[in-house]
Amino acid sequence: MSDAIIVSGLTKQFGKFTAVDSVDMRIPKQTVYGFLGPNGSGKTTAIRMMCGLLQPTNGTIEVLGMKIPEQTNQVRRLVGYMTQKFSLYSDLSVLQNMYFMARIMGVPFRKRTERINHLLQRFNLASFAHRRAAALSGGQKRRLALATAVIHEPQLLLLDEPTSEVDPNTRREFWDELFLMCDSGATILVTTHLMDEAERCHHLAIIDEGRKVADGTPESLKASLHNCLFLVEGDNIQAIRKELKTSPEILASTQIGMSLRVIVGRNITDGHALLESLLAGLGVHISQVSPTIEDIFVMATKANGGISLD
Amino acid sequence: MGEFPLTEFSLTASLIRIWAVCLKEILHLVHDRLTFGMVVMIPLLQLILFGYTINTDVRHVPAAVADQLGNSFSRQLTLDIEATQVLDFVETADTPQQLENLIQSGKVSVGLYVPPDAEQRYYEENDRPIAQLLVDGSDTTLAGAVQQLGNFPFLPGGVISNRDLVQPISVRLLYNPEKRAAMFTVPGLLGVILTMTMIMFTSIAIVRERERGNIELLITTPIRNLELMVGKILPYIGIGLIQVTVIIALGIILFDVPMSGRLLDVYAACLIFICANLTLGLMISTVVKNQLAAMQMSFFILLPSILLSGFMFPFVAMPEAARRIAELLPLTHFLRVVRGVMIRGDNLASVSYELLFLTGFALLFLIISAVRFSKRLD
Repeated sequence: MSDAIIVSGLTKQFGKFTAVDSVDMRIPKQTVYGFLGPNGSGKTTAIRMMCGLLQPTNGTIEVLGMKIPEQTNQVRRLVGYMTQKFSLYSDLSVLQNMYFMARIMGVPFRKRTERINHLLQRFNLASFAHRRAAALSGGQKRRLALATAVIHEPQLLLLDEPTSEVDPNTRREFWDELFLMCDSGATILVTTHLMDEAERCHHLAIIDEGRKVADGTPESLKASLHNCLFLVEGDNIQAIRKELKTSPEILASTQIGMSLRVIVGRNITDGHALLESLLAGLGVHISQVSPTIEDIFVMATKANGGISLD
Repeated sequence: MGEFPLTEFSLTASLIRIWAVCLKEILHLVHDRLTFGMVVMIPLLQLILFGYTINTDVRHVPAAVADQLGNSFSRQLTLDIEATQVLDFVETADTPQQLENLIQSGKVSVGLYVPPDAEQRYYEENDRPIAQLLVDGSDTTLAGAVQQLGNFPFLPGGVISNRDLVQPISVRLLYNPEKRAAMFTVPGLLGVILTMTMIMFTSIAIVRERERGNIELLITTPIRNLELMVGKILPYIGIGLIQVTVIIALGIILFDVPMSGRLLDVYAACLIFICANLTLGLMISTVVKNQLAAMQMSFFILLPSILLSGFMFPFVAMPEAARRIAELLPLTHFLRVVRGVMIRGDNLASVSYELLFLTGFALLFLIISAVRFSKRLD
């Protein structure tokens, strides 16, 4: 059994609204698996179904070899869950929150204090141990939430936008922690809408309007857009843009400073030549660039295009 | 895998989880000074308000006497009236006019006029009144009480008169011979205060977790519904017993409420009653969507409890339908128990039906709450 989570045909409807639409996914053990999607795309709903918090309308979920929601109770002690919103007790201190979760999650009495002290050190919380959670900064709250989520050394960590409202430096440290935990055997599923975070994952699934629109390693995803990315520089950006919009082969163009980042269709063998002929007379300089996760994201979530990356 | 026993039920683990919730609730209470203050302030205020001000028996009304007869007959009449403790003669006057002036000025509320021929009138055949009470009628409760003095059976020196006694039947009160309301009110208040605070505390217990977003994390933990419910109730049982102690102590110190039965019996009855109210509150908490609704539901229970349980109005005088509803309220049963034990000195065996009802009520609502509470968000 090498997959921590196996999901097939997963669907969740709230009334007429379909939040998650027949998603299939396999998350191998000991990976950091990213779940990339815009706000409201169904990431949280999917993760909540994997925790047994929501009943799927359709489809099956298997977490650590056990069926959800039937075997939810058995799975709970093996899974750590960090909610999108801070959901520890804000009137309790850091230490009180940690002891509460340690007791609830069944950390043995003898190990409790040792484990909590260790986590306080590791997550830089020792100096705030007696501070009320409400008085912590956004980053400190996130660290506390992660520390309590791993208090029982779970095999699987589900993190729902763990780095929202966190400054870039704290985010970096946060991710370093995730990789350390992964190295020591944990599987981590993390949702995000930040491109730089997505880039760091071992494996990535892009979800949009409830559907999984792409998945693979960041490298393989980027490779799928190889030879399709061009940077167009010129004096009259707006005129260039107007011209590009007339061509069906040009899938997207984004202005970056005084240049345009252009994605051409994958069926085009020589994008450079196409652009030169299209923009002849406008005095442009065209250069090929390597795709980023953001380009993948733009392509995958383009509502009108429906371009498949598979 | 395999380092955790997954399916095996461990009592120790279960108790630790209950303890964790219990401890957390205590911390919430300690941090929330307002709620903590309520624990003591509600019984204190209510007891003083109900005990002192809402007092329907009229005693020690300041009165004046105008005795124009001035012999042993009139003196005995005055003393006999004063012996009822309804009136205290604090002023004397010479004429009825002076009495009226005293009442008018507010110095006294009642005046007794004994005319010079009072004794003669007493032995006469015709039913002329022997004396007259002038009453300040602006306070109806007071007037009503004093009016009863008019029926006062006066037998000077034990002489049997040829005159028909106006009120041949004298009323003898058992258990509360002085007819003091506090004796009846304090045990009742014990029940009302516990109903009010206990239901309120637990009715917000779960909905608060929901409102503050704690629920999403809590329900992904291995905690079982029943463990959560019991853990939430336990600290408030302690709070309830503290309130019982405050009320009983104040009742004894301020109102001389007697403790005819065993103190331990009172506590035992209170314990069961506290549990019944806590589980009722818990059930409310699993139904409502926010704290405001929880409060409204609490009052929805509290109002009939106060009105129908026999706390305010005599149970036997209520119409059949009201009594049927009242039989469903824990307070009705508790009042029978606590009045029996505290005032009449009953033992618990004689109120076993009421205690059984309360126990069943507590268990039923605990189970309903545990079943109703869903470890899901949809």
